Amino acid sequence: MGKEEQFKTATQSAQSSGYKVVGTRPIRPDGIEKVTGRANFGSDYNLPGMLVGRIVRSPHAHARIVSVNTDKAMALKGVKAVVTSADFPEIGPKARGAGEAPISFRDLSRNVMAREKALYDGHAVAAVAATTTAIAEQAAGLVEIEYEVLPHVLDARESMKPDAPLLHDDMFTKGLDPKPETASNINQRFEFGIGDIAAGFAAADVIVEYDFTTQCVHQGYIEPHACVANTTEDGMSTVWASSQGQFMVRNYSATVCGMDISKVRVLPAEIGGGFGGKTTVYLEPVAIILSKKAGKPVKIVMNREDVFRATGPTSGGHAYAKIGAKKDGTITAGELTMEYEAGAFPGSPVQFGCMTGYAPYDIENVKTVGFDVVVNRPKVAAYRAPGAPVAAFAVESALDELAKKLVMDPIALREKNAATEGTQSAYGPKFQRIGYLETLHAAKNHPHYSAPLGPNQGRGVASGFWFNIGGESSAAMHINEDGTVEVVTANPDIGGSRASMAIMAAEVLGIDVSRVKPLIADTASSAYSMLTGGSRVTFAVGKAVCEAADDVIVQLRQRAAKVWDVDIDAVEWTDGAAINTKSDANDSLTLAAIANTAGKTGGPISGKANINATGAGPGFGTHICDIEVDPETGRTTVVRYTAIQDVGTAIHPSYVEGQLQGGAVQGIGWALNEEYIYDDKGCLQNGGFLDYRVPVASDLPMIDTVLVEVPNPGHRFGVRGVGEVPIVPPLAAVANAVAAAANVRMTDLPISPPKLLAAIDGSK
Amino acid sequence: MSKHHVTATINGDPVEYLCTTEQTLLDVLRDDLQLTGSKEGCASGDCGACSVTIDGRLVCACLVLGVEAGGCEIGTIEGVADGDSLHPLQQQFLQEAALQCGICTPGFIVAAKSLLERNPNPTETEMRYWLAGNLCRCTGYDKIITAVSNAAAELRGE
Repeated sequence: MGKEEQFKTATQSAQSSGYKVVGTRPIRPDGIEKVTGRANFGSDYNLPGMLVGRIVRSPHAHARIVSVNTDKAMALKGVKAVVTSADFPEIGPKARGAGEAPISFRDLSRNVMAREKALYDGHAVAAVAATTTAIAEQAAGLVEIEYEVLPHVLDARESMKPDAPLLHDDMFTKGLDPKPETASNINQRFEFGIGDIAAGFAAADVIVEYDFTTQCVHQGYIEPHACVANTTEDGMSTVWASSQGQFMVRNYSATVCGMDISKVRVLPAEIGGGFGGKTTVYLEPVAIILSKKAGKPVKIVMNREDVFRATGPTSGGHAYAKIGAKKDGTITAGELTMEYEAGAFPGSPVQFGCMTGYAPYDIENVKTVGFDVVVNRPKVAAYRAPGAPVAAFAVESALDELAKKLVMDPIALREKNAATEGTQSAYGPKFQRIGYLETLHAAKNHPHYSAPLGPNQGRGVASGFWFNIGGESSAAMHINEDGTVEVVTANPDIGGSRASMAIMAAEVLGIDVSRVKPLIADTASSAYSMLTGGSRVTFAVGKAVCEAADDVIVQLRQRAAKVWDVDIDAVEWTDGAAINTKSDANDSLTLAAIANTAGKTGGPISGKANINATGAGPGFGTHICDIEVDPETGRTTVVRYTAIQDVGTAIHPSYVEGQLQGGAVQGIGWALNEEYIYDDKGCLQNGGFLDYRVPVASDLPMIDTVLVEVPNPGHRFGVRGVGEVPIVPPLAAVANAVAAAANVRMTDLPISPPKLLAAIDGSK
Repeated sequence: MSKHHVTATINGDPVEYLCTTEQTLLDVLRDDLQLTGSKEGCASGDCGACSVTIDGRLVCACLVLGVEAGGCEIGTIEGVADGDSLHPLQQQFLQEAALQCGICTPGFIVAAKSLLERNPNPTETEMRYWLAGNLCRCTGYDKIITAVSNAAAELRGE
């Protein structure tokens, strides 16, 4: 199918699909609890006799822990337990977790509680539990820790130098041939590619190349990490925690504490934002061990400074991009080399950067190389499309300059090279039905793209890609006596997923969505489900919900067949009722009628589906951004913004729009304001919302959205993940708008006023 | 350490509590009075998740001491709905999907209510500046502004 034909068929959207509930905007089932303050988040749980836990953190960026003396802290009246790494089992290097990105439990254990060395400012070294907050804080100050301060390193390229301070003397770079004989701070080298870039650049008429730098940024969820753990004499530990996955918390905590998984039960709290940052544990294992030692429940809540100093920012780093094209705009070669800061332990998302950078384009010759580099910063955690925004910043900024050199419209350049169905991606798979081209057409035709600009204003365009994932997912469905339905899943609702689960269940069952009650179960009450991440929940858990509904429908037909004394094949399920196709009168029994008499036809009705969902559809987005630059001060103002994305099918369009808007704004913050600032000792200087400035309401215009619906063939309703794509384009969309407004190419994020002013002055 | 005996009014009801000198009003509300609808996002007055009113004035409860609230009329998110009848702001936040994770929502609703009591017909710019002390990391503020604007119109009887 040609590109234009694909576009024509693409807009067969949910509106014309005949769905009754999918695509509508009901009020979310958990909404009232959240607008009245009733919803319980991580720090809202309290138990009788509960103690307050506090973490003692390293004030040094890199230091050997010579000794830890807890005697004085323990002696303080009201202190019930003090723990150090000696209270946690030593974990071998081979213990690795499954999941989206396999993690080393040895590293996780050492991140939860430093063992030989403190590897960043804020690294946990000890913890106390006491009867009051004041006593816990006093006790934390009484833990005596002797440090031997070591030289530190914060920047990826600095850390790669042979004379850089070494974080781990047993780390030998993987992905090199031959295997290196000396340890270094480079954990791994990744390479992806296709064709021959030397030949590709030789065939190019025009080549652009730029070197980009970005800073470490934080997910910035408003709810600090929090948990309560109650370890009892039977060796059981019950944990209430705010996280992106109760099963993740259970597995990680049990492993770090050396417990059987069955000894830990995790009850999911409402989660006050995560964006990938709550896909690991920091506090839970500590609370479990403190509670075990004290014999009482222990609550630990981070303060905001702890969150910035010690939890998952995403990588800053460097990216070099070089792109060559023919005069007609055909890209002949793309190169990308990136060094990402992983923080204190290996595991930056650089490989995802390598894979995503050129994914929107059909290019014959591509080479991407990435280095995962440890530095004395907090260990990075996932952040919305991990690794992709920095890669896209480099590639999409370079493309903007390429378009200028070719005297070509930047959307036209992208249209000419856009990946479509059947395109062989440089990172591996051949794309199935995707909607990138449709987002470009929608951008070109959007009134925003042709609207006049004011003085000192410029317009930028950029695109982005994310894989989206499926994974292990579970759902159970219980039919109540009156025919209302409980839908039980085990994935924290981070942005409206209960509503999506209810909508899909109602659509399959053929009933009103108000008859469906979604519930998020704890680890003892549900089959395993992978955590909420990878834009997987509406797709994968939704698939499980649909299949659980299928299971229920078979049972409902069986019950009706029994009532009518006919074969099940004679019973159809239509609009929430069983229809007897063998009767002239078209006898029907509603879900409520069957439920009401379930006792007489075989007992309770309940369905389930436990699946490993495949068929996740990749997502593409294109954003248009208008920026006004004050040439006197370098201040930037986003004056108009439009986010366009192929969302597959929008199950609840309002929450899909919300994903686009929120992701775009996080990207705007990344581009313009946000960065970790360290002093010369490697200590974080801006660990608070006053100095780490996330966008506020007065910084922004309304964020317009266009939902392009190219259904994903891998899901019965066409769902694609939507949450991560929208943070990928904004960095370059903003930088390209600044370039248009001020005629300077900013290659170093954030584009803060002093930096931009210096660039404007330098260009005069 | 001896505690202070404080009497105040919270959401119209007389309340007595004991607090230490350094305890913030937010600590008192959350830890002692179990009014956990006010959230702690920063404890430094930067995020607005703990927005409450004291004698009609919008404040961050994390920046007020428990003892300072003595004799005052305190309004929290728990007092915004009237029985089981939601305030138009709460209804509009639901209608417009103006929350994703919901942690900032109580603070936004308290702050927006305070705005509309002073200025029943705010412009978009006025809304954005009044709410600039409330951080939301999920929504990009778009749907929040729409919800507040709709609620304002509803309260004006439009």
